[in-house]
Amino acid sequence: MNRSFLLAVIVCMLGAATAVHADQRLVHSERSLYREVLVYETGDVRCMCFTRNCRVGRQSCMDTRHPDRIVMNYPKMMLGALFVNPRPQSVLIIGLGGGTLPRVLRQLLPDTRIDVVEIDPAVERVASRYFNFAAGDKTHVIESDGRVYVKRALRGTQRYELIMLDAFDHEYIPEHLLTQEFLQEVKSLLAPNGVLAANTFSSSGLYEHESVTYAKVFEKFFNLKRENRVIVTRLGPLPDREQLQTTAQQFTAAFSKYGFDAAELLPLFTQERDWNPNARVLTDQYSPANLLNLER
Amino acid sequence: MVRTWLAYVIAGWSGFFVMAVELLGGRLLAPTFGSSIYVWGAIITIFMLALSLGYLAGGRYSMVTPSVRRLGVILIIAALTVAPLLLFAEPMLDAMSLAVPDPRFGSLLSAFTLFFVPTFFSGMVSPYAVRLLVQDRNSSGRHAGQLYFVSTFGSAAGTLLTSFYLVLLLEVNQILLGLLLISVVIGVCAWFVRAPRSEISG
Repeated sequence: MNRSFLLAVIVCMLGAATAVHADQRLVHSERSLYREVLVYETGDVRCMCFTRNCRVGRQSCMDTRHPDRIVMNYPKMMLGALFVNPRPQSVLIIGLGGGTLPRVLRQLLPDTRIDVVEIDPAVERVASRYFNFAAGDKTHVIESDGRVYVKRALRGTQRYELIMLDAFDHEYIPEHLLTQEFLQEVKSLLAPNGVLAANTFSSSGLYEHESVTYAKVFEKFFNLKRENRVIVTRLGPLPDREQLQTTAQQFTAAFSKYGFDAAELLPLFTQERDWNPNARVLTDQYSPANLLNLER
Repeated sequence: MVRTWLAYVIAGWSGFFVMAVELLGGRLLAPTFGSSIYVWGAIITIFMLALSLGYLAGGRYSMVTPSVRRLGVILIIAALTVAPLLLFAEPMLDAMSLAVPDPRFGSLLSAFTLFFVPTFFSGMVSPYAVRLLVQDRNSSGRHAGQLYFVSTFGSAAGTLLTSFYLVLLLEVNQILLGLLLISVVIGVCAWFVRAPRSEISG
């Protein structure tokens, strides 16, 4: 009796486990120095993941039938940075993933220099083969750790009018890319009036700590929240609602090609501070981000 | 009796100390070199190399008038050579990443400069303690076994406490300073233990 009950439970569990992934098909996998880069397809949606069966988050997704459509919410919010500066001449993206952001920005800004820093050459290979990403004349991929690149770049003369932080490992943003010192370095790498957009998580114990750290370095920023939280800010005063609306209108036609409405982003541009201002700031000396991320 | 006990305490604490510094070493190098597998590889290589040479040196040094006092002094030296990290780690790392742009060899050179000396002295502790503990050939294996146990158990504790809890509570430099002070306190205790005559005659 007991044994058959146990058996039934096991069968049910196995059934449930396979059901979850039944329609998820592994298309490609390759090991790199850092991880296993996996590509899964569910129906028409193809995703890049760093964990088996995409257990912990998807890095990037594409609609194979309509490759231009942006599937996930965070790249749309990141593109909201263009409302603050619609024509950046130079862009730095830290973290390639499937290459959605550089691909879209390349089309929107044909003359702009785009530098993408990606630590893992396997990610670039997979992005090129499975996610229609292509480096080119004005799109450079630099194989480096994000922090190391920023430090090096500061010694040179190149400054960026738009910097996008989108570096994730299988878990979260690497701890050395979350600290006050790093944000200070990124800030120094911005051109006058340069814009910063950063992709982060919106829940977990880390949210408060990240928020106060950004507030410490940039004082004011827009806090766009959906599943993810995207921080958008710039050197100098932030635009008011009217200015945002005006620039957003320039992108209505352009963004509709990617399957979303520029106007839907506008209500997300809030400066409301919904975190505990007394949370501890993350620094190079104190950055237990992955441990804080465990706290809910 | 107190001397035996102290030899074990020093060996156990030294194990704790080495692993805590090694983990924090990863933290110190990350802003300059990242936290890739080769950065950890560089750190672990230097620690292993320094320990191995420290074992040799500690064994040699134990042949000349060994005492718990001197063991305590070794512990204090290992701790004090960590002190420069508190003050100069960042400018040193920046300078070395400029001198050696390749992140693998840059992190190897940095790990060497920052951690070789303290780890070398920490490595001297175990063989030196074995010399103090072993009374005769019969029990030598048992004493060595107990010492390995204490020292490696200390390492396990240092790894777990540092990576699970200490980094959540304290800044890297605060942890290093705490480790340093504990080493000095233990070393000073060993200094004030009276040496019996047999030990002086070696």
